[in-house]
Amino acid sequence: MDELRNHVKEMLANGTVAAVIGYKEAGSPMRTKPVIITAPEEAILLVFNEYCLNNLAVYLTKARVKNLARVNGTIKKLGIVAKPCDVHAVIALIQESQLKREDVYIISFNCNGVVKDYGETLTGETIASKCLHCDARQPLYHDKVFGELKDLPASPDEELAKIKSFDDMTSQERFEYFKNEFDKCIKCYACRAACPMCYCTQCITDKTIPRWVESSAHGRGNFSWNLIRAFHLSARCVGCGECERACPMDIPLSLINRKMLEVAKNDFAYLSGRNLETPTLVGSFDVKDKEEFIL
Amino acid sequence: MTEEKWEPKVVAFVCNWCTYTGADLAGTSRLKYPANMKMIRVMCSGGIDPVFIIKAFERGADGVLISGCHPGDCHYNAGNFHARRRWTMFHQLLEYLGIDKNRLQFSWVSASEGKKFVDVVSKVVNDVRELGPFKGYKELNSEFTAVVNGLKQEVNKAEAVNG
Repeated sequence: MDELRNHVKEMLANGTVAAVIGYKEAGSPMRTKPVIITAPEEAILLVFNEYCLNNLAVYLTKARVKNLARVNGTIKKLGIVAKPCDVHAVIALIQESQLKREDVYIISFNCNGVVKDYGETLTGETIASKCLHCDARQPLYHDKVFGELKDLPASPDEELAKIKSFDDMTSQERFEYFKNEFDKCIKCYACRAACPMCYCTQCITDKTIPRWVESSAHGRGNFSWNLIRAFHLSARCVGCGECERACPMDIPLSLINRKMLEVAKNDFAYLSGRNLETPTLVGSFDVKDKEEFIL
Repeated sequence: MTEEKWEPKVVAFVCNWCTYTGADLAGTSRLKYPANMKMIRVMCSGGIDPVFIIKAFERGADGVLISGCHPGDCHYNAGNFHARRRWTMFHQLLEYLGIDKNRLQFSWVSASEGKKFVDVVSKVVNDVRELGPFKGYKELNSEFTAVVNGLKQEVNKAEAVNG
């Protein structure tokens, strides 16, 4: 922790970065919240542990945060404390031209997993489900990396088992299941606000002429909103699970996002946010793409 | 509408340059295809946003057909290649969420394939006929509609009392 604080202090003092987005303790050592640090002496606030749940990449596209990097007419770097999985989101944003690699300073950690919820000790039972199928515990891109890898508590991947179990259901049963889940939606759009990839300045659901997605929280409006959200994120979602964590109604959004990640992986061998050099899946094409489903 | 009289409603989004012209050829060749198809012409299959499809289901379609130029024949060079990737994802997403994959079908029909257009339309309409009316999506809103209708009745009653 001291290494992180000292490093950030140094970077802010010598003017390499204009601000650093990080985590600070929130009321208890087993709880954190995001903090944006602009003065070297504030670096003492920073922490990094298994309770750093937020994906801070969501702040990188916000105009208010971007403005922090504009100092005396020049654009400085924005620092971000990112778990290796959050680095995927930063990479995906760079792939989609929302950021430039040289404008962001990535401070990352060799990650030993995070908990599902604040206030729990990290064990096989309390570990976040995304950590169970993590393929990048070391950051793929970084400017500075801290921490040592330790063994991750093991636990069966129940999420994937649940997704697989849907294969045996009839489409009617699946429709019923998701209908009941989406019925809970109150259209608060917390999933959209928490998502680092939902950076559109005007979301399609906010468009009124024509009104594509009905804004009322009734069955039809909920179904179309959740469907559009899932589709706009398929093959773009980096699987950070923030939407599900932000959802006040506990809709299993990760089940859908994870399924679409599997589809992109199986059909196109594509994982989003892994490589700065490759174009995004939906932003490019290959003449040899498969098309068995087309008559 | 009673069950016996039900006829499938299929909405087709077709590209201006190939499938629409193909449908034209089917017409000028006097080929017959089911009249359940409501065709909507768009400039390119790459311009068909998935919200169009959702909207079609919301407005009571039992099935949707999307058709464009064969790969490599796109009037705009690459529209259908982009569309193909999008559909691969969207088709599997819909299937996962419980919308039968035969309710949403895709095809490539060129301007010279009037016969293929007839075959595709017949197949899609038959598939949708087999699946029956898309009750699931139509009933999504039943509770909400019931509440709204109840309120309307209350308002009417109140108006009748107050003259």
